[in-house]
Amino acid sequence: MIRSTLRRALIGAAFGIAALALPAGAQQAYPSRTITVVVPFAAGGPTDTVTRLVAEAMSRDLGQTVVVENVGGAGGTLGAARVAQARPDGYTLLMHHIGMGTTPTLYRRLSYDPVGGFETIGLVTEVPMTIIARKDIPAANLQELAALVRKETTKLNYANAGIGAASHLCGLLLQKAIDAPMTTVPYRGTGPAMTDLIAGTVDLMCDQTTNTTEQIRAGAVKVFAVTTPQRLPSLPDVPTTAEGGLPGMEVTIWHGLYAPKGTPEEIRLRLSRALQVALRAPALIQRFADLGTAPVAQDRATPEAHRAFWQADIAKWRPVIQAAGQYAD
Amino acid sequence: MWQSILDLGYGFGLALEPHNLFWCFSGVLVGNLIGVLPGTGALTAISMLLPLTFSLQPVPAILMLAGIFYGSQYGGAIGAILLNLPSHPPHAVTCLDGYPMTRAGKGGTVLGLTMISSFFAASFGIVVMIFASPLLVQVAFKFGPAELFSIMLLGLIAGSTMSRGSPLKGIAMTLIGLILGCVGTDVQTGLQRFTFGLPELADGVELVSIAMGVFGIADFLRHVNRMKHIGSLKPVSLKDMRPSKAELKQAFWPMLRGTLVGTIFGAMPGTGPTITTFIAYALEQKISRTPEKFGTGMIAGVAAPEAASHSKTQVDFIPTMSLGIPGDAVMALLLGALLIQGIQPGPRLLSEHPDIFWGLIASFWVGNVLLMVLNVPMIGVWVKLLQVPYRFLFPAAVFFIAIGAYTVNNDIFAVYEVLAFGLIGALFMALDFPIAPILLGYVLGPMVEENFRRAMLLSRGHFSVFIDRPISAAILGVIVALLAAQAFFSLRARLRPRAAAAATIAFQE
Repeated sequence: MIRSTLRRALIGAAFGIAALALPAGAQQAYPSRTITVVVPFAAGGPTDTVTRLVAEAMSRDLGQTVVVENVGGAGGTLGAARVAQARPDGYTLLMHHIGMGTTPTLYRRLSYDPVGGFETIGLVTEVPMTIIARKDIPAANLQELAALVRKETTKLNYANAGIGAASHLCGLLLQKAIDAPMTTVPYRGTGPAMTDLIAGTVDLMCDQTTNTTEQIRAGAVKVFAVTTPQRLPSLPDVPTTAEGGLPGMEVTIWHGLYAPKGTPEEIRLRLSRALQVALRAPALIQRFADLGTAPVAQDRATPEAHRAFWQADIAKWRPVIQAAGQYAD
Repeated sequence: MWQSILDLGYGFGLALEPHNLFWCFSGVLVGNLIGVLPGTGALTAISMLLPLTFSLQPVPAILMLAGIFYGSQYGGAIGAILLNLPSHPPHAVTCLDGYPMTRAGKGGTVLGLTMISSFFAASFGIVVMIFASPLLVQVAFKFGPAELFSIMLLGLIAGSTMSRGSPLKGIAMTLIGLILGCVGTDVQTGLQRFTFGLPELADGVELVSIAMGVFGIADFLRHVNRMKHIGSLKPVSLKDMRPSKAELKQAFWPMLRGTLVGTIFGAMPGTGPTITTFIAYALEQKISRTPEKFGTGMIAGVAAPEAASHSKTQVDFIPTMSLGIPGDAVMALLLGALLIQGIQPGPRLLSEHPDIFWGLIASFWVGNVLLMVLNVPMIGVWVKLLQVPYRFLFPAAVFFIAIGAYTVNNDIFAVYEVLAFGLIGALFMALDFPIAPILLGYVLGPMVEENFRRAMLLSRGHFSVFIDRPISAAILGVIVALLAAQAFFSLRARLRPRAAAAATIAFQE
């Protein structure tokens, strides 16, 4: 019994080796083996969650396993560097968020080219953010909040999750839109910041809906606006920033899929097609909705739309970050 | 109260459903096995198995993940006690007395005591979770930056005086730990400190690398070619493994105190498990009649920190589940898993998903019972492991350490870190420096600094914030009392020999 299992395993292994040796001789259609998507953040985080859902759906269309590898560290630049330096054969990809738009300005010394090192495949999703405050703050709407910030300025505490975090960027944009500074209190992640916001130790914060929706619904914090052009189905009563009187104060944690520079066009188009199919899958749409977000429109999950959006985002953040004079190196 | 008990009954019904029970069992079993492997702790185990749960229903998925979590903690203690390998850093302090006992041939006994302490503490933590959740949630909000600073400072001071031998050497090692803790990106300014231009150091030195390096690898480097086996070779019978009545008695109060320490720290999100076990250990040493014997194989030095780590684990679930705010990285991972399942942890979890909440609580207890059932017969197997010749056992362990370090970030850099800390640790051991304070300084330093600066930022630079807030003031008072007691005792100790000598002279005259 054991011996026959062993023999079967050996025969299987022999075939496996033969199969591996094959592509060297004959040019096989892409993809012919497992594709790795690098997530430059820890497992279990929001970007990881999004990636795993997309990877699962894409692997069905591609007919190959798509595995997620978490290469966390240094604000996502370690994982990005690994992909920028990977072989451009379409088997190593990168899923990254808004950091792709801010890294070129935020980091002045990098071991890789944060813009030229990548080819775009397509946008994936834009996770909305919310402007929230401690529940007893003396303001009823965004207008009153803006007036309060202008009056109290640095007496108010704005919590964020450290330099370069979405909560930090959103805060910069908010202070620019209101045109008044606040005292910025950084935390290690928005979790501890949320504890202090609920306790009333800090006054304001910006965080993605994934983290805030439950606290808002429970009345633990006061919500003032969503930072998207349209209202959200999950928080239908909350006005947008434009409705609340701060037009242009839009920020989402957008995610995109990238390949290393030099990846052949037909491979990128194949991946883009698989991404579009994945983003159409009802199961994925449902899971995204559970997370408080939605896939981007099909025509945005393309290399061109992604590149245009990315470049606009770099241009959007450069003056904001430079004005704040805060860098991550 | 009665409602809680009724709800708990419902939870047990759920947790004991064969299909849920199966996943809970798989979780604790796999977690236990991964936890035993040196280098792989709860975080690795959960992130490895997270994708597996995507296809499960929410209840079995979370039961399984929670099972992996505390299963790996039971497992982690085994490596720490038998091989001096703290795969889960909170167990590092367990090495201090657990490993010497193993070397003395009492490995089985210590494991038995550890299991009992863990089970007791976990059960206590679960009871606290059931009845005191609303209260503890309120406590969590009382701990702002000022309070956290004070409690961390207390930990640092209590811990740095706990080492054996020269106090000066102990403080020197704490300082080295503090400096190591500075490495990385400063949260407040985004500036990189002591990274030497290496992007891999931007998030600081890896905790697992330090723990595995200065304990496991350093010990290995010291003993290679000198030791044939760990402990004695004589066959161990089940009777030897059962802790004697006297040993159980010795373990009882430390276990109780450790449990309380863990419960208190569990209620404070933001205090990690490592500080909890160090505080529990330091407390035992402070109140012991024989503090100098700590580090040579004291039962209290194992029972208290292990109990603390398990009650902390259970109580930690309170802020995670009822606020939706994770206390540490492992909790963040569990929250992520719930999110993937479409469940929003938060203030409304209890009313919207009572099945998750009560099922989880009941499964904690079921899981802990399963772990006892699994581990008690396994002690014999683990102890047999020590009979594997050192020249096979340790290379194998080092191999797993390398894998464990690699999987933290899927990066080879962490493996080099382990090696570097192994060499440093071996050097310090050779020079008779205590190594545990390095870990303490490393873990607490950044927390002390961050909370201090945050509190000062919020108070706009007024130091009075630390004494204006009653909880913070009370903790600072304890620190002063501790320092005063320390000064008093060391002064008395210095005076007494002289007095004794004087008395002898007087007698001779």
